[in-house]
Amino acid sequence: MPVVNKKKDSPIQDPSSGFMEPFLLHLADNALILGHRNSEWTGHGPILEQDIAISNIALDLIGQARNFYQYAAKKINEYPDRVVNSKTVTEDSLAFLRDAWDFKNCLLVEQTNGDWAKTILRQFFFSLYQSFLFEGLQLSADKQVAAISEKAAKEVAYHLKWSSEWVIRLGDGTEESHNRMINAIDELSKFTEELFIPASYELEAAKHGVGIDLTLIQPRWKEKMEAVFEEATLPTQKLKEKLWQGLFGKEGRHTEQLGYILAEMQFMQRAYPDSEW
Amino acid sequence: MAIKEEIIQLLNEINDPEIPILSVMDLGIVRDVKIDGEDLEVIITPTYSGCPAMEMIQTNIRKCLSEHGYKNHKLTIVLSPAWTTDWISEEGKNKLLSYGIAPPTPKQHTCKPALFHEQEAIQCPLCQSYNTRLISQFGSTPCKALYQCNDCLEPFDYFKCH
Repeated sequence: MPVVNKKKDSPIQDPSSGFMEPFLLHLADNALILGHRNSEWTGHGPILEQDIAISNIALDLIGQARNFYQYAAKKINEYPDRVVNSKTVTEDSLAFLRDAWDFKNCLLVEQTNGDWAKTILRQFFFSLYQSFLFEGLQLSADKQVAAISEKAAKEVAYHLKWSSEWVIRLGDGTEESHNRMINAIDELSKFTEELFIPASYELEAAKHGVGIDLTLIQPRWKEKMEAVFEEATLPTQKLKEKLWQGLFGKEGRHTEQLGYILAEMQFMQRAYPDSEW
Repeated sequence: MAIKEEIIQLLNEINDPEIPILSVMDLGIVRDVKIDGEDLEVIITPTYSGCPAMEMIQTNIRKCLSEHGYKNHKLTIVLSPAWTTDWISEEGKNKLLSYGIAPPTPKQHTCKPALFHEQEAIQCPLCQSYNTRLISQFGSTPCKALYQCNDCLEPFDYFKCH
């Protein structure tokens, strides 16, 4: 189970700017962490074309994360009392200087890459979720959220097509690839429920027309997921067995995996503060 | 208006670092040029959220404008409406073809093919055959897919619709 480890006076966590800040950070963190995970495949993909594909998807996700972080930083800097040690918040400080309990990504995206099957299934679950999410957020009452989502939706369409085809290719492939998909389902399906359980800031965002009602997209996600699984000759039964019901990563309670990601991703900024590329 | 035309002339000389045959005007990422007295605003829209070329494009635009005496310039990034390959100019599409990259087909025909469905036939930029196949949806840059011609056997880039 995730470790409960919340620091009380973390400056970033204080929701003095309302729901917008955690809402934007949640969207950004999801994209950054999965983007980072996918980037771990760069140079290690099963074949060159797929190495390039997963790296491109990583790039799109990190681009989405940057858009959301930049916007979050702008919002945070509108509150002068939030500026610590006379340093303004930037997309970089949000990505590289927050600790695990400040990150609001879902547990799904921080899970280890495992084999190609697990990476594919994680991408498929998440891209399918993002496709419905950004479809809705394009109509957000917040113009910048709508604009970022409009852009991201076009990219996600490619991610979803690619990952869906791979789920089918592996599921309906050889006995070996099929079994690997079964293992991936076993490892990852429990994390899918969290995508659709709204955190307090998502409820607030939805109430103000900025976010969407996640419970409405869950049945659509499930229907599409089952259609792809059926074509892939994969069982959907396993998904119903042991879902983790509740909010974990969205509220800063993570699996140990996130710590390892941050240790690697944040090393340079921690060791050489303010260093630039 | 003369100043605006001069600016657009300058922007015509700034190339995409990843596909240097195309200028930022050909790509359709310059959405507007606004002039207010001494002040100049260039509005651009990124191609893909994570396209690494965007930073260099911005730097090059700033550098070019400064070098030509436009000190009071501002670059504004606008995300919506989202960039689409439909904004690549006809001249840009011809340039892509001459560079060996198949230009994007109009998006209404091809953007959402069903799973495993091929896009509509993409013409080989080298031998003009339509007998080609998709190797990968993702290519050497975010904006390209990788194809191969079944007739001349050459692999080629396709500027995918977006």
